[in-house]
Amino acid sequence: MSKYVIKKQKVSTRPVAERIKDFQEVSLGLNKEQAILEANRCLQCPKPKCIVSCPIGIDIPKFIRCIANENFEDAINKIREKNGLADVTGRVCPQEKLCQAACVLANKDVPITIGALERFAADVSIDKEIKALKSNGKKVAVIGSGPAGLTAAVDLAILGYEVTIYEAFHESGGVLTYGIPAFRLPKEVIGKAMRYVKYLGVKIEKNVIIGKSLTLYDLFELGYDCIFIGSGAGSPKFLHILGENLNGVYSANEFLTRCNLMRAYKFPEHSTPVYVGKQVAVIGGGNVAMDSARTALRLGANDVRIVYRRSEKEMPARIEEVKNTKDEGVKFMTLANPLKILGNNQAHVTGLECIRMELGEPDTSGRRRPVEVKGSNFTINVDMVIVAIGQKPNPIISRTTPELKVDKEGYIIVDDRGRTSFEKVWAAGDIVPGPETVIEAMSGAKNAVKDIHLYMKRREEKELVLNPVLAWKF
Amino acid sequence: MTPIIEKKELSLGIKSLTLLSPLISKKSKPGQFVVLRVSEKGERIPLTIADADSKKGTIKIVFQEVGKTTKELGKLAIGDHILDLVGPLGTPSDINLFGRVIVVAGGVGIAEAYPIAKALKKQGNKVVTILGARNKDLLTMTGEMRHVSDDLFITTDDGSVGRKGLVTDQLKELLEKGMNVDRIITIGPAIMMKAVSDITKRFRISTVASLNPIMIDATGMCGACRVSIGGETKFACVDGPEFDAHKVDFDQLLSRLDMYKNSEKISDHKCRLVND
Repeated sequence: MSKYVIKKQKVSTRPVAERIKDFQEVSLGLNKEQAILEANRCLQCPKPKCIVSCPIGIDIPKFIRCIANENFEDAINKIREKNGLADVTGRVCPQEKLCQAACVLANKDVPITIGALERFAADVSIDKEIKALKSNGKKVAVIGSGPAGLTAAVDLAILGYEVTIYEAFHESGGVLTYGIPAFRLPKEVIGKAMRYVKYLGVKIEKNVIIGKSLTLYDLFELGYDCIFIGSGAGSPKFLHILGENLNGVYSANEFLTRCNLMRAYKFPEHSTPVYVGKQVAVIGGGNVAMDSARTALRLGANDVRIVYRRSEKEMPARIEEVKNTKDEGVKFMTLANPLKILGNNQAHVTGLECIRMELGEPDTSGRRRPVEVKGSNFTINVDMVIVAIGQKPNPIISRTTPELKVDKEGYIIVDDRGRTSFEKVWAAGDIVPGPETVIEAMSGAKNAVKDIHLYMKRREEKELVLNPVLAWKF
Repeated sequence: MTPIIEKKELSLGIKSLTLLSPLISKKSKPGQFVVLRVSEKGERIPLTIADADSKKGTIKIVFQEVGKTTKELGKLAIGDHILDLVGPLGTPSDINLFGRVIVVAGGVGIAEAYPIAKALKKQGNKVVTILGARNKDLLTMTGEMRHVSDDLFITTDDGSVGRKGLVTDQLKELLEKGMNVDRIITIGPAIMMKAVSDITKRFRISTVASLNPIMIDATGMCGACRVSIGGETKFACVDGPEFDAHKVDFDQLLSRLDMYKNSEKISDHKCRLVND
């Protein structure tokens, strides 16, 4: 069969009426037949642009060829040369802006669904123990078990380092666990990814807050040769408008943490409660806003709306999730900005005063800047507000580590190799300034690991030359 | 998993557990707290570190059985384990030589005030302590507190021990008599701290309150514990829990504390259905 006659294989989703009643995964992925057909559509370009557009440079045509040939194990092994979290990235990457945008078939509007194929390869892979890797005797501490920390840990372990991850929460995964809901990223998927990390010999110490329970200085004293910080940007931004501390106003972080990490949707079987109103406004247009809106819907809100100050075109959320969110009945109120949160005498939220916006000139991000339309104020009735306008770095580590230079917003300053101002300490992911997706955090982590390895090898060589006793021994 | 190595019933429904946690005991400073989770389906709750012994590697927590989780915690025995324990959290108390300090503590807040009073005394301050509870049976750690105080006053709502009335009655009396006070520290129910703050504001005495808002992660990543301090939003778990009491919006704190009242009732009720 010629590649050109195979139709693009569509990923199916569970019907709306069914899926909004539970937290199970919405996307069903590709089945085996679909995956093979889709893999056969790949033109196997001699100079593949998809690889270049993948922040971590997965050899996409090769793994796709493995799927086409039904060598599924080879497919996942090929991916794992670059990516230990294929189950995750296949699901949450904004592929339409990355690999799939670069696919030559995108010109004909039928790019290969690379993400779905990656997910397929990861999902059919067998969860099995890995033969113990040979240790090089060097120890690295990784702070944070989110996408950056996990990627660094995997790459370091494969290079032979003894890796210990320190995680502040009682469950690992970072934003994958507390942030992204199960209907987008099932808990079993994270569990499988975590088992892969453990099979590589990585140790995970939970309930340890670096900066409080242990400082970076303590870690060096414990014998770590170097440290990788992947602690993320977990501190929620608020709007700083009147009424923000009324009852019924949540940061998306709090709402999602209660629901995802603490399983508040299973209250009272699980002890953590959560309040969900009937009329909910979610402020923001990113993935976190979509996740919050869809979670509120599943917890029984009648009327959920996204309030976003630009137009839909500028929304940073994944296109697929924007579609899913709309399909599920969430309303979109774009070009509107909240000015004030109104409350009653029980200090509970009752309304949201907004103002209409219009788009002006592009700003530094290249997106058109929203400008207020004077006198266009209006009020909507709501009994719950979720603020999802972004996160900033948590200051706990930098406050206890004066050597660590941070910028005025608290991001750790690194050079292009991921080195911080503190010798033998690297950082990547959301804790450093720059883009904020899972895959970009992973890319930064890989870059840092490359430099850690170079640094450690050079240091070893230096020791050999500078230390005559050691040199003699060798 | 953190083992429980000692358990005591301090007074009616108020219990203390000594936990083996070398990491936390080594770093812990007065005014800091831990967050714990009793079981797999449990919630995360904050509890003050009431004492720490870095030589033995232990910390002590004191809690009142007020709802599902504290009751679950109260059922644990020596040799049992706490599933998750993380800390020390929060900014430590400001321990300096102030001169004369009055510590006003109520209910289980007495246990929370103890390490701070102890540290202040050690620093050379004159420590005057006012302890309050609803009745005699609910008073905690009076012996320990007496040990670190130059003067100690007790009040109970029903007069079953000490002076009949509220801690604020005693405080007002001392201040009206013209006692020279350099600093006041208050720990206890929000409504009590508010009343203390209102009095000391009149006397213009610098006052610190250890706030007790709802917390989830307690590492600054959610803002559940946000409080309004002089019109600015702060996270009690990282910026506090201690703040200048005269700048605290106590009414907002009180209403935010009531946010889950109904859920707490449901949770506690279900818990009894399951367990009894």
